[in-house]
Amino acid sequence: MPNRPQSLAQLFIAFTRLALQGFGGVLAVAQRELVERLGWLSKEEFVETLAIAQVLPGPNVVNLSMMVGDRFFGLRGAVVALAGMLLAPAVVVLGLAAIYGELARYPAAVSALRGMGAVAAGLVLATGIKLLPALKTSPLGRPLALGLALLAFVAIGLLRWPLFHVLALLGGGGMALAWWRLRK
Amino acid sequence: MTTPVDLFALFLHFLTLSLLAIGGAITTVPEMHRYLVDKTGWLTDTSFTSSIALAQAAPGPNILFVAVLGYNVAGLPGAAASMAGIMLPSSVLTLTATRWARNNREHISLRAFSAGMTPLTLGLIIATGWLLAQPFLKAEAHRWGTLALMAVTVVLVLKTRLGLVWMVLAGGVLGALGLV
Repeated sequence: MPNRPQSLAQLFIAFTRLALQGFGGVLAVAQRELVERLGWLSKEEFVETLAIAQVLPGPNVVNLSMMVGDRFFGLRGAVVALAGMLLAPAVVVLGLAAIYGELARYPAAVSALRGMGAVAAGLVLATGIKLLPALKTSPLGRPLALGLALLAFVAIGLLRWPLFHVLALLGGGGMALAWWRLRK
Repeated sequence: MTTPVDLFALFLHFLTLSLLAIGGAITTVPEMHRYLVDKTGWLTDTSFTSSIALAQAAPGPNILFVAVLGYNVAGLPGAAASMAGIMLPSSVLTLTATRWARNNREHISLRAFSAGMTPLTLGLIIATGWLLAQPFLKAEAHRWGTLALMAVTVVLVLKTRLGLVWMVLAGGVLGALGLV
């Protein structure tokens, strides 16, 4: 039987604490805090909730935080968890953005940001590559799924098509195909 | 070409992207770039990319890069408008869909949705990495340094468990020393 948060304040503090530890993404910290330290979710519940969060639009871990808050305290809990996730980190990041405006006059700061930008681009690329094996289990079959991923990259990265068109065309097509395969 | 900043248009832009952000708002970065840099000229290519780098370097959910983009367009009101836009529709949908989805994980429409969207999400993530690197790759002086730094980052992420923040900080130091 998992533990549960005793109050909205405890919920808020837990998510603030979690978010402030999340350099370069919050997912790993969320698992450590919610499952291992607090015991509010079992490992299975965490994975299941994340799976739902992943098929919904919006930031996955933020969606997950709202689902956890909703589960314990209803709508109030969802709002409090969301605020805990975003408020304190927003103050930190906007503070940095404000300072950066001042720092931008110094060439070294601009160069530092360029180096950080290159690494950030690499991190995003690596994340995409790391997740590609997930297509192995796609109901579409691996070649078709990889083909769709490649088409999406070409349409957005090279041809610069608007996202909406790509989602309608490739996403709609992919969903229709998946539906057809799953029905068989 | 720069059009005057319009807070409501900014809010609406992020509002329309919210429900498209499957797999996280990072997948809609190319669309934000098209709008904020190419179409309206509210941000330069470099300030767009450095906004995202800054948010990635800071603690907290990566979605806060949207707040930094809004802040760099129009200060605190811009940050509030962009965050409200990106969060409202997806949050409402998440809450209404959660209970239904929890009981219907095996439902065919949910599985078809997920199977159809996953390849697209991955293609979009890789396209995002590619687009983020463009301003550096365009500048001749930095092209090879940037490529090398990106390649090392990709290898480190795939092959080691090194904390991502250390990589971002190392990139900052290398940049400040003029090595990339």
